[in-house]
Amino acid sequence: MFGDQPMTDTDSDLTRQHTGEPLGERIIVSGRVLDDRGRAVSNSLIEIWQANAAGRYSHHVDQHPAPIDPNFTGCGRALTDASGNYKFVTIRPGAYPWLNHFNGWRPAHIHFSLFGRALATRLITQMYFPGDPLFAYDPVFQSIPDESARQRLIANFDLETTKPELALGYRFDIVLRGRESTPFETA
Amino acid sequence: MNLLPTPSQTAGPYFHLGLTAKHSISNIAGPKAKGERLRLLFRVLDGNNQPVPDAMIEIWQANAEGKYKHPDDPQEKSEDLEFFGFGRMETDQNGICIFETIKPGCVPATDGLAVQAPHLNLSIFGRGILKRLATRVYFAGDLANDVDPVLALVPNERRYALFAQPGTQGDSDWVFDVHLCGKDETVFFDV
Repeated sequence: MFGDQPMTDTDSDLTRQHTGEPLGERIIVSGRVLDDRGRAVSNSLIEIWQANAAGRYSHHVDQHPAPIDPNFTGCGRALTDASGNYKFVTIRPGAYPWLNHFNGWRPAHIHFSLFGRALATRLITQMYFPGDPLFAYDPVFQSIPDESARQRLIANFDLETTKPELALGYRFDIVLRGRESTPFETA
Repeated sequence: MNLLPTPSQTAGPYFHLGLTAKHSISNIAGPKAKGERLRLLFRVLDGNNQPVPDAMIEIWQANAEGKYKHPDDPQEKSEDLEFFGFGRMETDQNGICIFETIKPGCVPATDGLAVQAPHLNLSIFGRGILKRLATRVYFAGDLANDVDPVLALVPNERRYALFAQPGTQGDSDWVFDVHLCGKDETVFFDV
C-alpha cells in the first residue's frame, strides 16, 4: 500500500528495503495475472502486505508478543509485465494469533491487492501456503464456502523458480474478472 | 477458455502498513485541476451507528469534463494533466476521512445514449468485510440525478443513501455517510 510516489527496484523485493537483511526464510513469489478468458492482464499494479517471519505485523495495532524485525516492513508492490507476469522476493510470513476466538491462529498468508484494468476487476485477497495445518480452523479461509475456490488461494511450491542457495519459489496465479467490464459499468 | 476468478478475502486490519498520512492519497485532483473544488468528508458507521476506525476508502472518478484518466475511456474529451482521478485513505478513530477533489462531469451511460449524473465510484474495504463494497456518491440536489440510469435502478425511497449532503464549511463542503448495515444501510452495487 503506497501513494503516488514512483516505483523503485526495492518495491518488489521486501528483503532489500532496509540496511540489513530480514530474518526468516527467503521466498520468491511469482505468477501470472489473467482475466477469466485466459488473457494476460498486463501493466497492472499489485500490492502486497504481510507479517514478518515471527508472525508479527509492523503495525501499531499488532501488539502480540512476537519480535518486530527492524529490517522488515512487510509491504511491496510490482507491475505485471506484457504477459501478465509478476514477481516478489520476500520472507515467508509466520502464523499469528488473533483475538477473534479462543486460540485462534491465522494460517501464514500474504495479502494481495490488484487493480486490473477496470473498477469491476478490483480485488483484495490473501495467498496461502500449501499444506498449512491451520486451514481447517481459520474462519477467514473458511469464509469461502466452495472447496475448489479455497484451493485457488493456495500457492504451489515451484522448483523451477526456486533459486539454489537463496530462496524457495512459490507460484500464485490470479484470475480477475473479464476485461469487458469497462470503467463505466457499475450496477 | 473460461477461468474461475480468484476469490476475494478481507483486507484485514493491517492494510495501513505503508498507508501512512504521507502515503495515502487524499488529493484526487491537483490544485490547478479544472472544475469546482470539493472537500468531501466520509464517515463510515457500523450497524449501531458507531464509527468504524479502520476502514479503507477508495475513490475513482471522472474529471470535470466527465472523462476518466484511463486508456480504455474512448471519449474524445480533453485530458486534464492536473487531475489524478484516484484516491485512497484510511478512516480515523472517528470513522472519518477527507478527500480534496473536483466535482466530476457527466459520463455517458454504457448504452452511449443516456447521461450519468456527476458521481464518484466508492469502494470500502476493512476488517470483516469479505469482499469490496462498491457504491456511488451522487450530489444531493443535482438536477441530473433525475435522469441518471443507475440511480433509476434504486428504489426511490432508498436513493437518499447515495447522496452526499452539503456540509457546514461552505459551498465546497460535502458529507457522505457510509452505513455498513442497519436501516439506513448504504446501497451497495453488485459489480
